[in-house]
Amino acid sequence: MTAIVVEKLVKTFGSLVAVDNVSFTVEEGELFGFLGPNGAGKTTTINILTTLLKPTSGRALVGGYDVEKQADRVRRVVGLVPQELTVDDDLTGWENLMLQAGLYHIPRHEARRRASELLELVGLKEAANKKVETYSGGMRKRLDLISGLMHRPQILFLDEPTLGLDVQTRAAVWDYIKRLRKEMGMTIFMTTHYMDEADSLCDRIAIIDHGKIKAVDTPYNLKTSLGGDIIELELTADGQGLLQAVQQVRGVKRAAYVNGLLRVTAENGEKALPAILETLLRDGVRVGRVMMKKPSLEEVFLEYTGRKLREEEGSWEEDLRRRFVLRRARA
Amino acid sequence: MMRHRLTEIYVLTMRELKKWYRSPFLLMMTLVQPVIWMGLFGKALNLTGLLRIPDELLSQLPPNITAQIASIFNTVLSKFFGSAEVDYFTYMSVGMVSIVILFTSMSSGMGIAWDRRLGFLNKLLAAPIWRGSIIVSRVLAGVLRSVVQANMLLLVAIALGARYNPLLPLGPLAAVLALFMLSLGLASLFIALGVRLKTWESQMAVMNLLNLPLMFASNALYPIEMMPSWLRTVAQANPISYAVDTVRQTLVLGTAANTSTILINLGVVTAFALTLTAVGIALAEGGLRRK
Repeated sequence: MTAIVVEKLVKTFGSLVAVDNVSFTVEEGELFGFLGPNGAGKTTTINILTTLLKPTSGRALVGGYDVEKQADRVRRVVGLVPQELTVDDDLTGWENLMLQAGLYHIPRHEARRRASELLELVGLKEAANKKVETYSGGMRKRLDLISGLMHRPQILFLDEPTLGLDVQTRAAVWDYIKRLRKEMGMTIFMTTHYMDEADSLCDRIAIIDHGKIKAVDTPYNLKTSLGGDIIELELTADGQGLLQAVQQVRGVKRAAYVNGLLRVTAENGEKALPAILETLLRDGVRVGRVMMKKPSLEEVFLEYTGRKLREEEGSWEEDLRRRFVLRRARA
Repeated sequence: MMRHRLTEIYVLTMRELKKWYRSPFLLMMTLVQPVIWMGLFGKALNLTGLLRIPDELLSQLPPNITAQIASIFNTVLSKFFGSAEVDYFTYMSVGMVSIVILFTSMSSGMGIAWDRRLGFLNKLLAAPIWRGSIIVSRVLAGVLRSVVQANMLLLVAIALGARYNPLLPLGPLAAVLALFMLSLGLASLFIALGVRLKTWESQMAVMNLLNLPLMFASNALYPIEMMPSWLRTVAQANPISYAVDTVRQTLVLGTAANTSTILINLGVVTAFALTLTAVGIALAEGGLRRK
């Protein structure tokens, strides 16, 4: 069975199109990731799929139920771990889990059993009876994770599961996600703006930018779809006229020239690079700097969106406005 | 179905109550303000003391004249304060008890704005629970909290020298019922506002705008009969006045209490509570509906 089916989903806030005609499917048992910068529409999509927002148009089925017409059914089969830390500071870890159990009508003895199991699994057994306000950021996140699992959801939604955590804690949280998935075998839909996170956790990734899906595939396929290594050359003179010559070089698949930067995709970059340099020098163009990168999701993102994930150049004002509107709309 | 709703309401109410009784500091702080009001107003502004004849005057005047003056003053006291035996501190302490209800019920709307901000509300809304549980549990917790705090203030007042003369046996019960109803109405209203206004800053603004006018335009501190007619109209429309009068009649006036007035008061406060609860739940549910 298909866990999530999304067809032509659109969500607008005023004039802002947060989710723009998005379609995708997630298979049962799959760990599917939405990769994109802040403000790309990731959380808005999660909020629609978990029945917190209504779609403007389009259709979404979660666990076979329509999110618009069968919201209560959907709520029974999904678990949500929001971006923010949502465990209650004034309660103990144990009480947080029991609260969650109460909301899902899990019988008391069963709730106790599940809670101790889950606490054990994420190493919080000792801290269970302490107030959450004494927990570290990583401990809170772990508690948040398992509180979304108390009712054994078929489909778990993780919104930026490692946002704001330090490197070690992030790695630990990844481990827990992998372990939980192995133990419980549920479908997971997660969002992230960390390339390495998407790469190491997800079975398949959708690259999303400005509300649109740019590509969907496995991390491996996405990376190989680039067709090889990426060579970037900073030219001191205009290189527009040289594109043709560079494309003739053996092993080169694609070449593009933007603002003094020649970007070449080549099989076996180590061999292609000397030949490219020779070609350029022959035409009297000097090279200021050379960079060669092995294919990574970062490059994939750049390839599909034409911009870097971290440093969003150009229309940063537009991006900030977008982020602001989305944040307000969500609250 | 019904049992599910009750479980949801129970776990969410317990969450609220745990937060409250586990922070004794916060609990004390909410009592400090009314205690200060009570001390400053009740003890310093001794209105009924103005109408007592000093002893040295009494000894200088012939008995028939002092008797006349005393009878005039007693009539005035009875007219304004319900009984000539009431001292002002006792009179206003029951007013302050109702004001504690006002302040505490008002603040119960704050939590929902925090839950929204912290993302906890989203987690609740993503759960298969009746949306009303979120509101009803908050109202319940708010009412319980304010009624308990009001009773604590009553004990403080007794410790500070208030002399109560309860109408037994049902008087104290009627007093608690009036306080409960007042709190139910106010908590529902402010929780609905909390859902609608979204940020706690705007809620604070509304609370600061309403708390003092609601307190002063009532019979909590002064008799309504002493007010200019326009203010009297406002005070008579203020539900707090009916709760205060109920508590005053049943706890202070003793046998001088008027049973039919008490019943009318209770009717008005109950009607107020039920109306605002219905309006509040409808408003709040609308605010929680997804957009």
